[in-house]
Amino acid sequence: MNRSAPTRHDEAWRYSDISAVEAAWPLAAPESIIVPAGGNFARTILQDAGSIHQLDIAIGKGATTAIHVLNIGGDYGRVELNITLHEGADFKLGAVQIGGGTQNLEIITTVTHAEPKATSSQIVRSVLAGTAIGTYLGKVAVARDAQLTDSVQSVKAMLLDRSATANAKPELEIYADDVKCAHGCAIGELDAMGLFYLQARGIAPADAKKLMLQAFVAGVFDGAADEEMLTDAALKKLGELV
Amino acid sequence: MLQITNLHANVGDKPILKGLTLSLNAGEIHAIMGPNGAGKSTLGYVLSGRPGYEVTEGSVTFNGNDLLALEPHERAAAGLFLGFQYPVEIPGVSNVQFLREALNAQRKNRGEAPLSGAEFLKVAREQAGALGMDMDMLKRPVNVGFSGGEKKRNEMVQMGIINPALAILDETDSGLDIDALRTVGDGINRIMRKPDKAVLLITHYQRLLDYVKPDFVHVLADGRITRTGGAELALELERDGYKELAA
Repeated sequence: MNRSAPTRHDEAWRYSDISAVEAAWPLAAPESIIVPAGGNFARTILQDAGSIHQLDIAIGKGATTAIHVLNIGGDYGRVELNITLHEGADFKLGAVQIGGGTQNLEIITTVTHAEPKATSSQIVRSVLAGTAIGTYLGKVAVARDAQLTDSVQSVKAMLLDRSATANAKPELEIYADDVKCAHGCAIGELDAMGLFYLQARGIAPADAKKLMLQAFVAGVFDGAADEEMLTDAALKKLGELV
Repeated sequence: MLQITNLHANVGDKPILKGLTLSLNAGEIHAIMGPNGAGKSTLGYVLSGRPGYEVTEGSVTFNGNDLLALEPHERAAAGLFLGFQYPVEIPGVSNVQFLREALNAQRKNRGEAPLSGAEFLKVAREQAGALGMDMDMLKRPVNVGFSGGEKKRNEMVQMGIINPALAILDETDSGLDIDALRTVGDGINRIMRKPDKAVLLITHYQRLLDYVKPDFVHVLADGRITRTGGAELALELERDGYKELAA
C-alpha cells in the first residue's frame, strides 16, 4: 500500500516540485535490479519528458554498474537511485542536468557501501538558466564493516542567470574507520574573461557560451554505450539555453 | 586604417582614457609606451570591446567603419586582433577546436566558406611550426598548464592562423625569456609586417622594439598621448624614464 505523498519536510523531497509529485502520486514501485556477483550492468536514463525515475540496484560481490543520466525534459524531472554495494563491487554515475525556464530537475542518490572494498564514483554536472532549479542530494553511507571503501563525489553547477538555483548536498555517513570518501562541490557562473577571450577571437556570444558549457559537461558520458546520443541531446539542450 | 579621435573611456566610474587621438595607416607599426596605470591596456580592451570598458566621448573608425558600434566578435571578423597581456585559460576546450571555430566564425561573418578540418590543420601546423610549438600543445586545452612564455607564443600562433589586418599586442613581451622574445618578435614581423597590415604594440620596455622596429613611438600618460616620435624615442625613454618625457 502506498503511503501519502511526500512533503517538503521529507529531506529527499525538500526542493521538489511538490504539486507535480502529488499529481504523479502514488508512484509505481521503484524498478528493482539485482546485479549478480561478478556481473556487469549499465543503464542510460534520458529524462526528457518530465517524469520520475526510481531505481533500486543491488550490486553483488565484485560486480560493476555504470549509470549515465541526462536530466533535461519537462517541468519536473527526478531521477532517484538507491544503490547497495556488496564486497568489492563498483558503482559509477555520470549525470548531467540542464534546465531553463521554470524547470525543476533533481538527481537523488543513496549509495550504501554495505560490505568492504567496494568503490563508487559519482560525477554530476548541472547547467541552469532562467528560474530553473537543479538539485543533487547524494548520500554515501558506509556500514560499520565496510572497510576499504573508496568513494568519490564530484558535483558542479553552472548558473547562466542569477535567477537560477542550484542545490547541492553531498552527504557522508560513515561507520567504518578505514575508508576513503572524497567529495567536491562547486557552484559558479561562466568565466567572463574566458567568454570575452573567445569573442575577441571571433566567436559569437551564444557560441562562446555553448563552447564553454560543452567543456563543462565534457567527459561525464565517457564510456557510455549511448555516449553519442547523450552528448548530442545535451548539446541541443545547451543550445536552447544560451 | 585605424583612426582614434579624442577617445575618452571609463572603467567603472573611473575615467582612464582622457582624449586620446591616434592614427594608424596600413603598413605601419606603432609602439605605445607609458608608465603603469597610464591606460595602455585599457586602450586595447576598449578597441576590442571588452564589457565594462565604456566609451564616454570620441570616436574610433576602422577602415572607415565605426568600430565602437561592433560587438567584440564582429570586430575580430572585421580584422582586429587583440593579443592578451594575460591569455585566458579555458579548461576543456582544445586549442584546435577553439581556433577552428574562431576562424570559421570570422570567415562566416565575412561571407567566406569555412575551412575543412584538413585545411585548417594544414594552416595550424604551419603557424605552430613557425613559432616552435608542437601539435600536441595545440591539442591541449586553451592555455591550461602553459607557462607564461608558452601562452604568449600561443597568442602568436593564433595571430598567425587568424591572420588579422590590425593587431593590438598588449605587453606580448612581458614574461618572455630572451629566446622566446626573439621568436615572438620574428613572428610579429613575419605575420604582420606587410603593406596591408598594421600593428599597435603596447609595451613597457624597449627590448621588443629591438626585434620589431616601430615606425612610430607614442608615450601614453594619464590617458592621453603626450609625445610621438620615431624609434629613437623608445631609446630616449629607456635612458631618461617616463617622468622626464611625459610631462
